[in-house]
Amino acid sequence: METLLQNLLLGFSVALTLENLFYCFAGVFLGTLIGVLPGIGSLATMAMLLPLTLVLPPVSALIMLAGIYYGSDYGGSTTAILVNLPGEGSSVVTVLDGHPMAQQGRAGPALAIAAIGSFFAGCVATLLVALVGPPLANIAINFNSPEYFSLMVMALVCASVVGSGSLLKSLAMVVLGLLIGIVGTDVTSGASRFTFGSVALSDGVGIAVAAMGLFGITEIVKNLAGTEMTQTILRGKITGLMPRWSDFKVSFGPIVRGTAIGAVFGPLPGLGGTISSFTSYMVEKKIAKDPSRFGKGAIEGVAGPESANNACAQTTFVPMLTLGIPASASMAIMLGAMMMHGITPGPQVMTSRPELFWGLIASMWIGNAMLLVLNLPLIGLWVRLLKVPYRILFPIIVTFMGIGIYSLNTMGADVMLAALFGAMGYVLYRLGCPFPPLILAMILGPLMEENLRRSLLLTDGDPSVFFTRPISLGFMIATGVLLLLFALPVFRRKRKAVMAGE
Amino acid sequence: MRFTIKNAQDFWCGVFFTAMGVLAIWLARDYPMGSALEMGPGYFPTWLGGIMIAFGLVIGALSLKVARADDEPAPAGPWAYRPWLAICGALVVFALLMDAGFGFVPSLFALIVGCALAHKDVRWGETLVLAVVLTAAAVAIFSYGLELPYRLFWWSH
Repeated sequence: METLLQNLLLGFSVALTLENLFYCFAGVFLGTLIGVLPGIGSLATMAMLLPLTLVLPPVSALIMLAGIYYGSDYGGSTTAILVNLPGEGSSVVTVLDGHPMAQQGRAGPALAIAAIGSFFAGCVATLLVALVGPPLANIAINFNSPEYFSLMVMALVCASVVGSGSLLKSLAMVVLGLLIGIVGTDVTSGASRFTFGSVALSDGVGIAVAAMGLFGITEIVKNLAGTEMTQTILRGKITGLMPRWSDFKVSFGPIVRGTAIGAVFGPLPGLGGTISSFTSYMVEKKIAKDPSRFGKGAIEGVAGPESANNACAQTTFVPMLTLGIPASASMAIMLGAMMMHGITPGPQVMTSRPELFWGLIASMWIGNAMLLVLNLPLIGLWVRLLKVPYRILFPIIVTFMGIGIYSLNTMGADVMLAALFGAMGYVLYRLGCPFPPLILAMILGPLMEENLRRSLLLTDGDPSVFFTRPISLGFMIATGVLLLLFALPVFRRKRKAVMAGE
Repeated sequence: MRFTIKNAQDFWCGVFFTAMGVLAIWLARDYPMGSALEMGPGYFPTWLGGIMIAFGLVIGALSLKVARADDEPAPAGPWAYRPWLAICGALVVFALLMDAGFGFVPSLFALIVGCALAHKDVRWGETLVLAVVLTAAAVAIFSYGLELPYRLFWWSH
């Protein structure tokens, strides 16, 4: 307990420096700003703003990037409530009751309860990360190559099983991601692989480049392909920001339950915010005295899912920070940023760079508080921003993406590669293939190869090593169970129902 | 024997992944395989290519047998050639112009006008105004604000 306090104190001493407070604020603000724009999810926002953070010292960069992450998430909810335009993922749920509330002139309370719920969830989840992180890292520090390899297999299969779309396609995307991860110079032999003789590819495909292409460019092409977006932007003034006392009373339970749901789902690979939000929504609807109110502006339907989403957003950092295994595509980008700063992810980060680990955790708490303070007065600004037509908006976004990628290495090749990923992303989207497994696999690819190599070296090339070491066997059994679960028709139907949103 | 494709999306998906797997193995053909004990640079990619082909074939084979489930989401509408080509093309042009040393201002101008073509309803007046304003803003932010060392025109340095 005492060490926990000491650690948190260290974290706050890092996060509360003027510099880091500024970067935290900048991240949260920019993240919300871009996240509010319709059709840009938090992944695209992170990819777009990642280059900005690379010039900073590592701790500040990660604090800012984390701010961008949960800021853009919150920005997405704002859009959902105000415009009835669910971006991606979790805000699909927020729209169900958030927009009806806005139509009843209660956009203020809806946004406020979303912010308050998120703040509460953020506080609890941050504390959880601080509590769970160190023991987990202590276990993981004893992991050897076979354990790591099995853990990565489990993470990738888990992300494929619970993600949307067909399992076969998700797994194929994992393999494609692993193959893309191979591009570059092989660490062991020094051989150039899949580089087509290009210098630009000798360091591998940057996660920022790939994410910008897959999540940024593809998203814009998708948006432009559709019919003109019918935006029902709120007319009239938003009055009465603060929720009534009765709003607080009915929201308290959903916030607490949502926090619990999100905190549990966060660290599991692939589960993420969307499923947390859906689960929370369904729980609230089920236990409500009058379920028919849901969908017509019930504040519980905003409070619960928003809390769940934010709790999940915080606890999803746990496997990334303690094991070096990202549980979501957003965390893959965080991990990529860490590597770009020369930090090797893994359980040793906590002991070798305590200021980074605890500073990041403390900053998340501060960032959540900032969101609360920042967003309520700025609602007017967001509404005005949403009135800009997409015809004007998308060239601005593409321009900033182009400059952002070019500035990474001052190389046109990176921009062309992002364009290629964007083009391929649209093809994959048309083929019904989900992107997150690919991004996760891409970042884990080189680590998996390295750990496979080392494992086989340990045992004279005998692959049974993954099934004879107890912890590794445990991961493998869990992987098998996941795949079996998927084969069960009941589970498949449930998963589909969740995905369809009913 | 006649083939009937019951699920066109999955059929092409299978073709795509099979082709990617073949491509991976073909590209890795000259990388030393090594053995399980001492994996060479070709070991991992070749295996992955094989697995990829297997996935591609299964997905493709199933598409001949099983129609798409009604509840499975599918992208609607025709293929969006215009935005697809315009946005990716504009970025490539931007990259080429920057690399060729044409300067930040002309490259940005080309990028903005190029990607504005992605919209089915191009308004030239509006696009030109946007290009001028946005280029100016980008130069102010990136060249003067963040001091990125890009030459503005081909004659400046």
